[in-house]
Amino acid sequence: MWDNNYFSGNYMSAQAPTKQIKVRYFAILREERGLDLEEISTNCETLEQLYKELSNRYRFSLEASRLAVSQNDNFAAWTDPVKHGSTIVFIPPVAGG
Amino acid sequence: MSDLDFQFEICQNKINPECLAEKLRSDKSLGGIVVFEGRVRNQSEGKKVLKLEYEAYKALAIQEGVKILDEARAKHPEIKSLICVHAEGELEPGELAVFVGAASAHRDEAFLGCRYVIEAVKHRLPIWKKETFETGEAHWVNCSEHHGAACN
Repeated sequence: MWDNNYFSGNYMSAQAPTKQIKVRYFAILREERGLDLEEISTNCETLEQLYKELSNRYRFSLEASRLAVSQNDNFAAWTDPVKHGSTIVFIPPVAGG
Repeated sequence: MSDLDFQFEICQNKINPECLAEKLRSDKSLGGIVVFEGRVRNQSEGKKVLKLEYEAYKALAIQEGVKILDEARAKHPEIKSLICVHAEGELEPGELAVFVGAASAHRDEAFLGCRYVIEAVKHRLPIWKKETFETGEAHWVNCSEHHGAACN
């Protein structure tokens, strides 16, 4: 388990860089998370990884396949990179009208 | 044609459909006006509905709403005036959740434009509704196995 990189400090540099982001929650996700905005640090590379990480942590009921996602108020692809300083919104199935 | 003829809004107050329809009537060259009013129904899934709470991701909803109107205008260039206003917040049965109005010289384009906008609004705008029944049960529409809602 232990490798030399861990002790030499290279362990961290092997990870994706840590990014500071904001996540806004709406509707069912807001209720499941218990808040509407949080600032977090993450090493996730893609928006999909970020949702899976948060979903595991907070037990969200919806699969990523049922959601859309936006970054900085624009629709984004799940494979898009998480950008440092951005605001991300996971969009539950919509029900306007 | 001014930009005011194409209007998309998310509205926290009560929508006034008469005021919006009056705007559509202002250009006397437009003989065909179609208005759709989506109102909260008093029952859904066989249960009595107490209220609907609409929540919007406003920045993205407005951007997407304007895009929908632009698409409708490109598809149906005869439409000279197109208005869509969607409510946000708590609504009771009978209250207006969404207004769509289209005006053109003739009826065909007005019907088609109005229909295009309401369908796109329902499928694409980041707006959610929580339905509360008289029994006290509540759920986010489309977010569970049970789909359907007490609105249009």
